[in-house]
Amino acid sequence: MAEINTGGGGGKGGKTRSKKMSTRIDLTPMVDLGFLLITFFMLTTTLSKPQALPIVMPDKEDKPIDSTKVDDDLALTIILSDKNKIYYYSGLGDNPDVKQTDFDPNEGIRKVLREKNAKHIADIEKQRTRLRSKEINADEYKQEVSKIRSAKDAMFVFVKADEDATYANLIDILDELLINQVGKYAIVDIDPIELDMINGTNNAAPPVDPAP
Amino acid sequence: MAKAKIPRKSTSVDMTAMCDVAFLLLTFFILTTKFKPDEAVVVDTPSSISELKVPETNVLQIMIDKEGRVFFGIDGQETRVQMLERIGSKRNITFTDVEKAQFSLVSNVGIPIGQLKPYLAMSGSERGKVEQPGVPIDSLNNELGDWILAARQSNPKFKIAIKGDQETEYPVVKRVFDIIQDKNVNDFNFVTDLEADPFK
Repeated sequence: MAEINTGGGGGKGGKTRSKKMSTRIDLTPMVDLGFLLITFFMLTTTLSKPQALPIVMPDKEDKPIDSTKVDDDLALTIILSDKNKIYYYSGLGDNPDVKQTDFDPNEGIRKVLREKNAKHIADIEKQRTRLRSKEINADEYKQEVSKIRSAKDAMFVFVKADEDATYANLIDILDELLINQVGKYAIVDIDPIELDMINGTNNAAPPVDPAP
Repeated sequence: MAKAKIPRKSTSVDMTAMCDVAFLLLTFFILTTKFKPDEAVVVDTPSSISELKVPETNVLQIMIDKEGRVFFGIDGQETRVQMLERIGSKRNITFTDVEKAQFSLVSNVGIPIGQLKPYLAMSGSERGKVEQPGVPIDSLNNELGDWILAARQSNPKFKIAIKGDQETEYPVVKRVFDIIQDKNVNDFNFVTDLEADPFK
């Protein structure tokens, strides 16, 4: 019944009535194949491209950063140490008051940076509201932000790390600076004096853990 | 009362719609896919809020793994060959055309230059098994610096991207910075994962 008549041999008078066949095909195997390939591509693909955190290092050639050019009350030095500890002090004084903190998002270094950079963060917040209310467009917003971040009275952060710090600490602190709108910062070598200072804080007073 | 007769329905479902969806998704994935480059080591990068993307071309990637091994990679097969020739002539090693062709397919190197020849002679599967010691970065044998110099001469446009593991110790990272800066490159990128800005 369903076979197809092939060849010319069968033409013996009688008309072969071909039966109307259904045009529907079972698509299940095709769907199977489709999903198999989807699975393959999903697993091999990289949808999210990695992000880039740009950094410009100070020129190394014979003139290290002239720290006297930075205003005393605008400078903040952050020293990364082992076990995610952070030591910091403001100013460039000879006998600075070194404090200890960590990467805690509420009580850690972020609080310090936000307090010190409060004015500029508020300025940027204002620009952001203007952007939201469509007063300025995205390009103008970016310009304003970079103006605020590189303003003359913007804080300057020196990032230093000792031998026990990790790469994650470094990136975290750069990220923290980005979050808190610090535009001016530099990664510089640690002084032996500073090493003594952080060791001093370690010995003098046991670190007071901020309330968990 | 007469029983209501439930008509027997066919159990086969029309697959056309499902097939459409499957192939639509398939097309999407085929078009958007970009295969993961085979990297010599697994590196777990830290995250940042930066929204910039790592450029796709002209990137010189320096990977630093947990143990402080340094790997070096650049895109573009032409560049790789030229770079190898420059490195070879500096160290008085001549590479054959076969070796050059092999090298142009390697995306990351973590092998001292002296051991490069036997490495390139291996087949692909053998290479995967080799435990690469990393490019030497100490001041006596600063091969990373030579690689960067050779890469710069071959393709002056590239950007350096540093991809470090979270647990990499700072002194190694510092040493890599110093080498890069010695070659007068002062701006570069860190490769990170994306994280949300807490204040946005």
